[in-house]
Amino acid sequence: MSGRTSDTYDGGPAGRGTGTGTYDGRAPGARYRLGALLAPRETRANALHAGAWWIWALGLATAASRTTNPLLLLLLVAVAGYVVAARRGDAPWSRSYGTFLRLGLLVLVIRLLFAVVLGSPIPGTQVLFTLPEVPLPDWAQGVRLGGAVTAEGLLFALYDGMKLATLLVCVGAANALANPARLLKSLPGALYEAGVAVVVAMTFAPNLVADVQRLRAARRLRGRNDRGVRAVLQVALPVLEGALERSVALAAAMDARGYGRSARVPRRVRLTTHVLTLGGLLGVCVGTYALLAAEGARFGLPLLLLGLAAAMAGLRLGGRRAVRTRYRPDRFGARAWLVGGSGVAVAAVMIWTAAADPAAAHPPAVPLTAPTLPLAATLGVLVGLLPAVLAPVPERVGNSGPSTAGASGPSAAGSSGPSTPDTGRRRAVEKEPGDRERKP
Amino acid sequence: MIRFEQVSVRYEGNEAPVIRDVDLTVPEGELALLVGPSGVGKSTLLGTVSGLVPHFTGGTLHGRVTVDGRDTRTHRPRELADVVGTVGQDPLAHFVTDIVEDELAYGMESLGLPPATMRRRVEETLDLLGLVELRDRPIASLSGGQRQRVAIGSVLTPHPRVLVLDEPTSALDPAAAEEVLAVLQRLVHDLGTTVLMAEHRLERVVQYADQVLLLPGPGEPPTLGDPAALMEVSPVRPPVVELGRIAGWSPLPLSVRDARRRAGDLRERLAGHSPAAERPEEGRGAEGGAVAEADRLAVRRGRRDVLHRVSLRVGAGETVALMGRNGAGKSTLLGALVGAHPPAAGSVAVGGLVPHRTRPAELLRHVGLVPQEPRDLLYADTVAAECAAADRDADAEAGTCRALVAELLPGIADGIHPRDLSEGQRLALALAVVLTAAPPLILLDEPTRGLDYAAKARLVDVLRGLAVKGHGIVLATHDVELAAELAHRVVILAQGEVVADGPTEEVVVSSPAFAPQVAKILAPQPWLTVPQVRSALEVTA
Repeated sequence: MSGRTSDTYDGGPAGRGTGTGTYDGRAPGARYRLGALLAPRETRANALHAGAWWIWALGLATAASRTTNPLLLLLLVAVAGYVVAARRGDAPWSRSYGTFLRLGLLVLVIRLLFAVVLGSPIPGTQVLFTLPEVPLPDWAQGVRLGGAVTAEGLLFALYDGMKLATLLVCVGAANALANPARLLKSLPGALYEAGVAVVVAMTFAPNLVADVQRLRAARRLRGRNDRGVRAVLQVALPVLEGALERSVALAAAMDARGYGRSARVPRRVRLTTHVLTLGGLLGVCVGTYALLAAEGARFGLPLLLLGLAAAMAGLRLGGRRAVRTRYRPDRFGARAWLVGGSGVAVAAVMIWTAAADPAAAHPPAVPLTAPTLPLAATLGVLVGLLPAVLAPVPERVGNSGPSTAGASGPSAAGSSGPSTPDTGRRRAVEKEPGDRERKP
Repeated sequence: MIRFEQVSVRYEGNEAPVIRDVDLTVPEGELALLVGPSGVGKSTLLGTVSGLVPHFTGGTLHGRVTVDGRDTRTHRPRELADVVGTVGQDPLAHFVTDIVEDELAYGMESLGLPPATMRRRVEETLDLLGLVELRDRPIASLSGGQRQRVAIGSVLTPHPRVLVLDEPTSALDPAAAEEVLAVLQRLVHDLGTTVLMAEHRLERVVQYADQVLLLPGPGEPPTLGDPAALMEVSPVRPPVVELGRIAGWSPLPLSVRDARRRAGDLRERLAGHSPAAERPEEGRGAEGGAVAEADRLAVRRGRRDVLHRVSLRVGAGETVALMGRNGAGKSTLLGALVGAHPPAAGSVAVGGLVPHRTRPAELLRHVGLVPQEPRDLLYADTVAAECAAADRDADAEAGTCRALVAELLPGIADGIHPRDLSEGQRLALALAVVLTAAPPLILLDEPTRGLDYAAKARLVDVLRGLAVKGHGIVLATHDVELAAELAHRVVILAQGEVVADGPTEEVVVSSPAFAPQVAKILAPQPWLTVPQVRSALEVTA
C-alpha cells in the first residue's frame, strides 16, 4: 500500500526519468509540468469535494443496478475497492468500508439461503439436491419450504444477491472516502440547522459508547457483575442521564457562541419561502407518484421538475434568514468534476449496454450459460478507476515515513509531537536537484 | 467593561438567593480572579456575564449586568457572542465540530464574518495559542491541555472583549496548566482582553491576577480589590499565602518568587529543625506486608502500549502518589490494580489475587477504587439507598456504610440525592461506599478535582486516618500540594514507564514541575508543607 501511494505522489520514476537526462536545460520545467498532473497530497485547501465522491459512488451503484452479469459486478467491486484502498484516509469513518463489505457478503449469503430453503421461481432442470419438503396448509399457497434445489435457481439467486451486495459496497466506498461533516457543510444555508443536529449526533455516539464502558467498569468496582443484559440495563439510566447533561451543556455553549443568530427578514419574504418550499415538496410528491403510477405519466415529469424548482427556490430564499458564513468550504474544482464525471460515465456506459446488449448485461440463468465480459462495458467500468489517480492523496499514519509513526493516531492522546509528515517528504523532493548537482 | 449593578440571582425553588448585592465594575484589560469556597455561586456569577444566567439556566436575576454597554437582560447569549467568550468547566462539552481548525472557525461562522476575515483570524489564533501543529487533528485525539487551549481559541476568534473561564486549569497537569495560563496572560497583556475566571487551584493562578473578586460565603456580598490585600481576609488561600501569614509578611507574597525574596529570615529561624521530626507520624508500613504488587507490568489498550515494565509495591499503611502528565498511564495503572485491564506482560497481584481473574464480589474485599468521576460509582436516588446497596454489595452488616458516611460527612440527610451533593461531599460518599467492604488497598483517581481547600483538608485528614489504620493508599493526582501533604512515596510515570520512585521529600523537591510551593520557597531546606513549618515555628516560640 505505502509503496503505491508514495509512487503516485512525488512524481517518482517518471519525473526522475526526464530529470536525470536533461537536467541543466529546461528539464525542471518539464518535470514540474508532469508533476502537476499527478495527484497532490491532500491538504485542507485541495481536498476533494465530498459530493464528488458521492456522485462517483452513486454512479457505480447505478451501474451495478443495471446488470446481473457477475463478471461486471465483480469488476465494479474491484474498482470501488481499489479506489478506496488508494485514497482513503485515517479517519474513523474510513474504517467503515470493511463493515460494508461484510454486510454485502451477509446479504449474498442470506439471498442464497432463501433460495435454498424457500425454493426459486426459476424453472430449473439441473437438480443439485433435494431437501425434505414441509407440507404447508392451503392458505399458504404459493409458499414452499424445502424441496428440490436447482442449479439455475441458485445461480439466479447468486446473481441477484451479488447485485445487492455490489450496491452496498459502492455506498460503503462513498462512506469511507467522503468526510460526512464536510458533506453537511455543503448543504444549503436553510438546511444548516438540520446539518448541525446530525454532526452533533455523530460526535455524541462515540461519547455514549465511552460512557457505557466507563460505567460498566464502575459496576465492577461495586462488586457487581459487569457482563450480561442486566448490567447493561442498569447502566442505561446513568448513561442517558449523562448524555442529557452533556447535551444541555453543549446547547449552552452553542448558544453562547452565537448559534441561531438570525437576520431580520420581511414578513412577505418569509411567507413566500414557506409557500415555495411546501408547495415545491408537494409537487415533488405528486409528480413522483404520477410517474410511478400507470396513469398520468404525462403530467408526472413536468410536475416533478416544477416542484423541485420551487423547493430549491424556497430553500435559497430561506437561506437569507441565516447570517452564517462558511469557513473554507470545499471547492468543486477540476479534480472533483473529473471524479464525479468518471462515476457518471460508468453509469452511462452500463445503461447503454443494458439497452443495447441485454444478453450480456443479464446473462440468462435458464438455460445455464457462462457469462461473458462485454468489451465496451468493461472499458466503461474501468473509467471508474480514475479517482485512484486523480484524487489528492490523504495523509495516513504509516505511509509517510517514520517521522509520524505513532503520532496523530486517534489513540495517541497527549502526544503533541509534530504531525506534518509531508513537509519532510517535500523537503526531500526539493533537495533532489541539489544532490544531483553535487555528484555529476 | 463588566458592570454589575445591585445584582442578585435566585433559582426556582430556593428561598435564598445564590448571589446577592453584587455591585462592582471589572475594568477593561484586567485579569480578574473569582475566589471563594465551593457553593458560593462562582459559576452563577460567571454565567450572568455571558447571559446564560438567567436566559438559559432559568431563575430570576435582579439588578442589571452590562458588558461593554450591552444589557444582558435585553441581549440573549447569542447576541452577546461577539463581546463575551465563555469556556465552561468541561471543554469537551463545548466542542461542536470534530477538527481543530473548524472548531476555531465555528463561532465566527455563526456571527457571519466574511470568509477572508475568518481565514486570517484562524491563522492568527493558531499562532497565538501554539496550535499550528494540531490544526488538522481530530479534537478527540488531543490531550487535556491541548483541548483547553482549543476551547479558549475557539471563543477568541470572534475577538471578544471579555473572556469568561470556569476552572480552566483544574483538570490539567502542572505543565499543561502553565501552558494555558501563559496564553491567558498574553491575551491580557497584548490584546487588552478582560478575563474573568474562577479557579480552585489558587496556587496556580493567584500570581497572575490583577484583581481578585472575593465571594467570602453564600449570600455574602463580594468585594473586588488588590489580590494581596484580599488574600488577608480570604477563607481560601494557597500555600504561599498561608506561609506568608505564618511568617508575618506584609504585604502577603502571591508568587513563589516574591516569597523567596523575603524568606531569608524564615530560613534562618527554621535552620535548626528538620521536617521529618515534625511530620505527623503515621503507621508507615513500607516494612509491613505488601497489599499490592506489580512486577514488570505491561498494559496495552488497542494498539497502544500504555504501561511498559512498571514495577510497584504498596505496603500496608503506606500512601503512594502517582504523578505524571495527562495520558502518562496513571489511571490505567489504577485500572490494572482493580482488574479492569488485563496485563499484556508481567504480573499484578492484589492481596495475593490476580485482579482481572477474580470475581468482582470477591475483589471488592481486597481493593477499592474511587474513579475520577465519583458519580460513576453511585446509582441510587438517595444517600440512604446508596448505603443500603453498598452494604448488600459488600455483604457487610446493615448500617456499616451509613456509619462511615456519618463519620466522613457529618450531618448529611438520608433523603438527599447524590447528584445534589457538592463535589467534595460526593467524593466522600463514594469513598464511604468503597470503604464498606474494608479493603486493605484504596485507590483514588484525581480526588481533588473541583475541591476547595476546606474540602481538601478534610480529605487529607480522612486519608491520613485510613493510613494509620493500616490501609495502603494509592493516589493518582496532579495536585502537588496534596502529594506533598499525604504521600510517603511518590512515583512519577512518563509514557507508561516509571521514571522516579522514592520518598516524597526526595522525588518532589528535585523536580521543578512537581515541587510544592513551600519546597520551592524554602529550598534548599527540605520543607514540603505549611503545617510542617507551622509546627516547627511553634516549637521555636
